[in-house]
Amino acid sequence: MSESASTLAFYLLAAITVVSAVGVVKSHNLVHSALLLALCFIGVSGLYVLLQAEFIAAVQLLIYSGAVAVLLVLGVMLTQRSSMADSNPANDWSRWALLICGLLAVVILSVVAATPWHGSIAAALENSIPVVARALLTDYMVAFETAAVLLLAAMVGAIVLAKGVEEE
Amino acid sequence: MGKPMQEVTGLFTIATVLRKLLNQYLPNPQWVDMVITLVNIGAIFTLISLSAVVLVYVERKVSAYMQMRVGPNRVGPWGTLQTVADMIKLMSKEDIMPDGADKWLWILAPVLLFIPAAAVYAIFPFDHQAIFADLNIGIFYFIAVSSQATLPFLMAGWASNSKYALVGGMRTVAQMLSYEIPLVFSILGVIMLTGSLRMSDIVAAQQQVWFVAVQPLAFVIFVIAATAESNRAPFDLVESESELVAGPFTEYSGMRWALFFLAEYANLFAASAIGVTLFLGGWQGPWLPGWLWFMLKTALMIFIFMWLRWTFPRPRVDQLMAFGWKVLLPLALVNVLITGIGMQTVKYFR
Repeated sequence: MSESASTLAFYLLAAITVVSAVGVVKSHNLVHSALLLALCFIGVSGLYVLLQAEFIAAVQLLIYSGAVAVLLVLGVMLTQRSSMADSNPANDWSRWALLICGLLAVVILSVVAATPWHGSIAAALENSIPVVARALLTDYMVAFETAAVLLLAAMVGAIVLAKGVEEE
Repeated sequence: MGKPMQEVTGLFTIATVLRKLLNQYLPNPQWVDMVITLVNIGAIFTLISLSAVVLVYVERKVSAYMQMRVGPNRVGPWGTLQTVADMIKLMSKEDIMPDGADKWLWILAPVLLFIPAAAVYAIFPFDHQAIFADLNIGIFYFIAVSSQATLPFLMAGWASNSKYALVGGMRTVAQMLSYEIPLVFSILGVIMLTGSLRMSDIVAAQQQVWFVAVQPLAFVIFVIAATAESNRAPFDLVESESELVAGPFTEYSGMRWALFFLAEYANLFAASAIGVTLFLGGWQGPWLPGWLWFMLKTALMIFIFMWLRWTFPRPRVDQLMAFGWKVLLPLALVNVLITGIGMQTVKYFR
């Protein structure tokens, strides 16, 4: 892809991501919020593609907009019974939210500033999947397995909660 | 297997000839690349719309012969123009929007459903070197993109403001999320043997033996899970006519309804093409050109899917879930385990 085309694609995807993220907060309809969140996830996955991280992009699509967003939308649809028109009202907490978000932004920006970045993506690996797989199953084995056990525990817990206690 | 006859009639040769022709008329090679890309995209969309038109007719004929009927036989020779007549009917229908529908979601849902259905065609290896984008994540791209088809169904079901549509949308989510897992695990066996996610590598690895011979269990699981993923009978609980009218499509009419059908047949072709590439050796075969082999094998897979559709009764929702989680998933995991043990054993004795 030529330089200008990828720049254009970046701004397009960034705009989609930011606008839909604002929409998640600002929309008065909770279902619209949840669907805009899925669009936001898709925009982020497009940004990963531009960074030549196709594997992460596909994982983002599959896990976030393919599963998490679907469950979220389903949950919202099932729990709301009355009219959807004003199901996502604004509240008085926006100042506190601004403070917390500002602190989070500072933390993220300082991490970004502290990371030694590669100057270009031209030297990116052509085939990164074997490298990712090897790193996950050797160096980061413990973290990987811990996440797996945690998810399993959450799943068993969810099943127990959904089944409920058997009445005598 | 570089046989001269196959090389001459291959899609790659045609593309090379086209490139040479264009080079004479266009000022620089960038333009030629762009025209070739546009031709590729055009060819893919032609394939999708043509396959939908042909498959609707074939499905009606196959179902008719399975039920000892004749099927459509009035419009054109042997009824071949029946789908054309259907299209004209659909285009001239009134566009009705239900009262109280969520307007934008309702309009967007069928369009959004079609995008992932068309996007997966980018990675199909139709012939030797005839693949729109030979990504290094290949088959994983297919899984990720086709998982995007769940949300539009839910959107359509919710936005229609109808109980049948909503129940259909809920069922879609339950079914598609459950059957995605055995589908991925059945593909995993093939990926373990190939050691690559790239579609061209998967085809190349089947030069001696098709993977259907090495992974018969995975193939069966793939066919069942793919049927469920494309919401076709016997797993058509999403739109089961006898209970839900038509599920998420209940409130749509005319061309909006036709878009759902276009997406369904695009998915059917896509599932068959993936099955051919992963298990039936892709475009490889003797004498005939590769793209013809690919089409013949895909036609066989499509016939199997239609055969399943018209011979099996529909299960209940709870039976469907129980089958997916308690039978298909353990079988898929056992298949992965056996594949691993087999690979290590072969390595040990070599």
